[in-house]
Amino acid sequence: MNSLSALNKYFVRYKKELAAGVLFILLSNSSQVFIPLLMRDSIDSLKENVNYSEIIKYALMIVGTAAFSGYFRFLIRMKMNVVSRKIEYDLRTDFWAHIQKLPLRYFQNNSIGNIMAHATNDINAIRMYVGPAVMYSIDTSTKFIFILAMILMISPSLTLFSLLPLPFLSYMVFRLSKRIHQKFTFIQEKFSELTTFAQESFSGIRVIKSYVREAKQIDDFKKLSDEYLARNMDKIKIQALFMPILFLITGVSVIVVIWYGGSLVINGVLTIGEILAFTAYLSLLIFPVIALGWVMNLVQQSSASMKRLNRILDEPYEINDSKDTKYSKNTVSGTIVFKNVSFKYKENLPDVLKNINLEIPKGSTVAFVGHTGVGKSSLINLIPRFYDVTEGQILIDGFDVKEIPLSVLRRNIGLVQQETFLFSDTLRNNILYGLNAENDSVVKKAAEIARLDKDVESFPNGYETILGERGITLSGGQKQRSCLARALAIDPKILILDDSFSAVDTHTEEEILVKLREFMKGRTSIIISHRISTVKDADRIFVLDEGIVVEQGNHEELVANGKIYADLHYRQLLEEELKELS
Amino acid sequence: MGQEDEILGKAYDSKLMKRLLSYVKPYKKYVVLAIFLNIIVAALGPVRPYLTMIAIDDYIAAKDYEGLLMISAILVASLILQAIIQYVLTYYTQYMGQKIIYDLRIKIFSHVQKLALKYFDKTPIGRIVTRVTNDVEALDDLFSSGIVMVFSDVFIIFWIFIFMFIMDWDLSLVTLSVLPVLIYATFRFRKKVRDAYRDVRFHLARLNSYMQEHITGMNVVQTFTKEQEELEQFNGINSDHRTAHIHSVFYYAIFFPTVELLSSIAIALIIWYGGGEVVSGFMTVGVLFAFIQYTEMFFRPIRDLSEKYNIMQTAMASSERIFKLLDNDTRVQNPENPEVLQDVKGEIEFKNVWFAYNPGDYVLKDISFKIKPGETVAIVGATGAGKTSIINLFTRFYDIEKGGIFIDGQNIKDVDKHELRKHISTVLQDVFLFSGTIKSNINLDNDKITDEMAVEAAKTVGAHKFISELPHQYDEEVKEKGATLSVGQKQLISFARALAYNPQILILDEATSSIDTETETLIQHAIEKLLVGRTSIVIAHRLSTIQNADKIIVMHKGEIREVGTHQELLAEKGIYYKLYQLQYKDQEMTIKG
Ligand SMILES: Nc1ncnc2c1ncn2[C@@H]1O[C@H](COP(=O)(O)OP(=O)(O)OP(=O)(O)O)[C@@H](O)[C@H]1O
Ligand SMILES: Nc1ncnc2c1ncn2[C@@H]1O[C@H](COP(=O)(O)OP(=O)(O)OP(=O)(O)O)[C@@H](O)[C@H]1O
Ligand SMILES: [Mg+2]
Repeated sequence: MNSLSALNKYFVRYKKELAAGVLFILLSNSSQVFIPLLMRDSIDSLKENVNYSEIIKYALMIVGTAAFSGYFRFLIRMKMNVVSRKIEYDLRTDFWAHIQKLPLRYFQNNSIGNIMAHATNDINAIRMYVGPAVMYSIDTSTKFIFILAMILMISPSLTLFSLLPLPFLSYMVFRLSKRIHQKFTFIQEKFSELTTFAQESFSGIRVIKSYVREAKQIDDFKKLSDEYLARNMDKIKIQALFMPILFLITGVSVIVVIWYGGSLVINGVLTIGEILAFTAYLSLLIFPVIALGWVMNLVQQSSASMKRLNRILDEPYEINDSKDTKYSKNTVSGTIVFKNVSFKYKENLPDVLKNINLEIPKGSTVAFVGHTGVGKSSLINLIPRFYDVTEGQILIDGFDVKEIPLSVLRRNIGLVQQETFLFSDTLRNNILYGLNAENDSVVKKAAEIARLDKDVESFPNGYETILGERGITLSGGQKQRSCLARALAIDPKILILDDSFSAVDTHTEEEILVKLREFMKGRTSIIISHRISTVKDADRIFVLDEGIVVEQGNHEELVANGKIYADLHYRQLLEEELKELS
Repeated sequence: MGQEDEILGKAYDSKLMKRLLSYVKPYKKYVVLAIFLNIIVAALGPVRPYLTMIAIDDYIAAKDYEGLLMISAILVASLILQAIIQYVLTYYTQYMGQKIIYDLRIKIFSHVQKLALKYFDKTPIGRIVTRVTNDVEALDDLFSSGIVMVFSDVFIIFWIFIFMFIMDWDLSLVTLSVLPVLIYATFRFRKKVRDAYRDVRFHLARLNSYMQEHITGMNVVQTFTKEQEELEQFNGINSDHRTAHIHSVFYYAIFFPTVELLSSIAIALIIWYGGGEVVSGFMTVGVLFAFIQYTEMFFRPIRDLSEKYNIMQTAMASSERIFKLLDNDTRVQNPENPEVLQDVKGEIEFKNVWFAYNPGDYVLKDISFKIKPGETVAIVGATGAGKTSIINLFTRFYDIEKGGIFIDGQNIKDVDKHELRKHISTVLQDVFLFSGTIKSNINLDNDKITDEMAVEAAKTVGAHKFISELPHQYDEEVKEKGATLSVGQKQLISFARALAYNPQILILDEATSSIDTETETLIQHAIEKLLVGRTSIVIAHRLSTIQNADKIIVMHKGEIREVGTHQELLAEKGIYYKLYQLQYKDQEMTIKG
C-alpha cells in the first residue's frame, strides 16, 4: 500500500478543498441519521390520539432534514470529485513530462500499447482511489459511527443480532471483488494481446495480403478470441455471485429485525416505529458496508497501478543535464571529436563500436560507409546523445557532449533518422516542426533544397496537404525528402543524414546535393550512404567494419588504397566500365 | 481519431436494433429462458414488503410468535429462491452476451482482412482497431445487461405497482405523485449528462490519439527538442479533458441528492396522508411500513434508467460504426468462377493500363509492356514516378481504371487473386516486421516452410551471419516493428521471407536500398541460380543493381518513356543516359585519371 504515498504531494496541494469536503461529509451524515428517528416518532405518535398538525410537523421535518443533508451531499461531490479530476490531471501531466524525457532505449524495449495502458488504465485506477475510495472511506466510517450510536440507543440486542451478518457481507464483498479483480486483470491482459494483434494485422496488411496469410491471421485471431471469451466466462462465474450474495445477506438482516424485533414488540420492549427506524437505518448502512469491501479493493488495485506507474516514474532519464553541465555553453560551432569511443546496447550484448577515434573539423563534410549492421546509425546516434557512450568521450568544440546542455546540443543538430516519421498534420507544419514559428520563407527554402517543391506543385492542396499516419500517402522518396526539409528548417550547425537518399533517385539526389553544398557552407555535415555517388565528394570518408574505423581519407585516396572502399566502388561500376578498365 | 468516433445519435434506432437482434438469433433459447426467469424473479423482491405488512398487522399486532416465525421463514425462502434464480439469470445472459460479441468480433476482423488497400490508405489503423475492440465491447453491455435489465426493471416496477394498489389505492396515488418529478429530473439529467459525456469521450479520444502518435514518434520530438512545446500542447488537451469531466461532476452532484430528497418527500407524504388514515382507522401500520419500503424499491430502477439510457446510446453509436464498416465493400472483387491458374510460366503483360488512387488523378497513364517468362526486368525512374504503383496493380492490390493486365495470357481479373498472389513474392519498399521471432518473420507461421528452408533463404540473402551471432539466433525475439535491428538487417529479413516462399515470380521493390553493395552483389549472385526459369521485376535507384536486367523500363511521371537493354538505352541518350551519367561520370574520371 505504501506505493500510494507517492500521491501525498497531490493531496497536500488540494488540502483546503479536501478539508472542506470532510466537513461537508460530517454535516451531511450527522443530519441524515435523524431521518429514521423522525420516522419512528411519527409512526409511534399515531398510537395516541394525536392532532393532525403533529403529523404534518413530522413530515415537514423529514423533508427539511433531507434537504439540509442533500445540500451538503451536493457540496461533497462538487469538492471531492473535482479534486480527484484535478489530481488525475496533475498526475497525467507529470507522467507525460517524464515520458518525454525517457531515452530512446525505453521506447525500443516497451511496446506502444504497453505504455498507453499505463497512461490510461493505471491512471484511471489511481483516480478511483483519490476520488471515490477516499470519499467513501471517510463517508462510510463517519456514517457507520453515527448510525451505530443511534441503533444502540434503540436496542442493543437487536443491534447485535441484525448487524451480525454485516461484517460477513463486507468480508464477502472484499473477497469476491478481489477474485473478480484478479480475473479482470487476466482479461485485460488478453484484451491488450487482442488489441496488439489486431493493430499489427492491420499495419502489416500489405505483407499479409502479399503472402496470402489472411486465413492464418483470422485463425490466430479466433484463438485469441476464444481465450478471451474463456477468461471472461471465468470472471462471470464469480461476478454473477455478487448481487445474489449481497441481497441475501442484507435481506437476512432485515428479516432478523422483523422477526426478532417483532417479538420484542410483542413483549412490549420495542415499538413498531422503532422497528421501522431500524430497517431504515439498516438500509442506510447497507450501502456503506458494501462500499467498504469495494473501497478496500480499490485501494489494492490502485496501489498495484501506482506501483506500475512508479516504476515508469522512477525510470532514470539516463540522458539528461547533470551537475557537470556547463550552461555557459550556449552555441555550437561544430568540431566533433570521437576519443576512444566504445558502445554497446546492453550489458550482455557485444560491443557495437570499438575504440573509435576520429575528428570532424568544423565546416567539413564527412561520410560514413560500411556494411549493413556495422554500426553507422549507432555511431551517429551518439552525437545528439540518443545513447551515451559506454566508454570514451565525444567532444564538440572541445566540450564533452555530456557537458553541453542537452537542449543546446540537440537544437544545433539537424538529424534525419534512417527511418522516416511524419506527424498526421499538414506538410507545412511537419516541415516547421522544429521551429516553433510560422515562417513561409523557411518552408519554401527548405522544400526547395530538399527538392520537395516539385512534388508539392502537383499536390492539389500544396503545403496544406494533410499527411496520413506516418506519412502513408506519400511515396518513399517524398517521405525522406520531407524529413530532410524538416531538419534543414531549424538551420542547424551540424547536419546528419542517415541514409537519407535510399529511396530517392540519383537524379533528384544530385540536385539536392548541389543545393546542400551551398547551404552547408560553414556547417558540419555527416552523411551515411551505401551509394558511392553520394559520398564521393565528402572531405573525408570513414569506412566502418565490425565497429572499427578501418579506413579513412578522401575518395581518391581510398580508391587508391584498394581495400573495402575501393571494392565497394568497383562493385557499383557497371560491368562494361570494368571491362574498359582492364 | 476523428469526429466520426464521437457522434452519439439516438438511443434507439429500430433498423439498427433489428440488425443487432439478428445476431441474437442463434441464442434464442437463452432469451426465452431469461425472460421467463425475469418475470418470476421480479415478483420475489416486491413480495417481501407485502409479507412484512402481514407480519406486522396479523402476527405482531396479534402477538402470534409462531405466525411471526412462519412468515419470517417464508421471507427467507423467497430470498434464497431469488438469489438462486438471479445467479442463473445473470450467468446465462452474460454468457449469451459474450458469445454474441465473440461472433461479431470475428466477423469484423475477417471482414477487415478482406478489405482492399484503398481502405487502409484512408483509414487510420487506430480507428479500425477500435472497431474490433472497444466498439464491440460496448455492445457487451447492451446484450448482457442492457436488454435484460430493462426487462427486469419493467417487471419489478410492474409488480410493485400491483402490490401497492392491492394494499391501498389512495395511498398509492399519493406516493406516486412524486413520480412525474422524478421522471422529469431523470430525463433532464440524462440529457445533460449525455452532452457532458460526449464531450468527455471526444477529449479522451483526442488525448489517446495524441499520446499514441507522440509515443511512436518520440525520437522526432526529442531530436527537435520539442519537449516543452509538446508538453504545453498535451496540457491543453489534458485540461480540456479535465474540464469536460468537471462539467459532468456538477450534473451528478445535483442529481443524486435530488433523488434522495424526492424519496424523503415520498416518505413524508406517506406519513402525512397514511398517518391520518391510520389514526382514523382506515389503514394499518403494516401498510404504512410496506409503502415506505416500496418507495425505496421503485426509486432505484427509475434512477438507474439514465444509466441504461447511456448504455443503449453508446451501443447504438458503436453498432452504427460497426455496421458501417461491415457494409464497407471496398474490395478487389474476386471473379465468381475463377479460371484455374495452372503451371504458371511467368509471362506478364500490361496493355494500355490507366490507374488513379483518387479518381481522375492518374498516376499511371497508358502503360503497356510485356515480360517473357524467365526474364528479369528493371523499372527505373524518379521518385513518385509510379514504379511502386505498377507492382501494386500486378498483385491486384488495386484495380485498374482502363486496360488489362495478363499473366500467361490470362487476365488477372479472371483468376482467383489469392491463387495469383501465391505465385508471386514481393519484397515491399516499406519493410514491415511483426513482433515475434526472426523465424516467424521469415516463414510467417506457414507450416509449409520448414526451418531448413527459412535458414536457406537467410543464407541466400546473407542474413545468416548476423542472425547466428544473435543470442538466440533464429528464435531471437523481434520487437514491435523490429526496433532493435538495423534498417538494413530488417530489409534482409523481409527479403529472406520472399525467397522462402519460393515463388514463380519475384518482385523486388527497392529491396536492397538500405543494403551495402557487397551484400547486394552476394545476393545477386546467389539468386541468379534461383531465378533461372523464373520471372522477376526489380525496382532500384542504384543502376549497378539492375545492370544485368534483360530489359529496363524507364518511367517518368506515370508514363513509360524508354524501354530496352542497358546498351540500347545508353545509345538512345535519353533519361536513362542522364541517370547513368550522374552516377558514373565522376567515378570514371577518377579511375581513368
Ligand atoms: N496510397 C496512395 N494514395 C494516394 N496517392 C498515392 C498513394 N501511394 C502513392 N501515391 C502517389 O502516387 C504517386 C506515385 O507513387 P509511387 O509510390 O508509385 O512512386 P514510386 O515511383 O514508387 O516512388 P519512389 O521511388 O519514391 O518510391 C506519388 O505522387 C504518390 O504521392
Ligand atoms: N536498439 C538496439 N538494441 C540492440 N541492438 C541493436 C539496437 N539497434 C541496433 N542494434 C544492433 O547493433 C548493430 C548496429 O546497428 P546499426 O543500426 O548501427 O547498423 P547500421 O550500420 O546503421 O546498419 P544499416 O546499414 O543496416 O543501417 C546491429 O547488429 C543491430 O542489430
Ligand atoms: Mg543504419
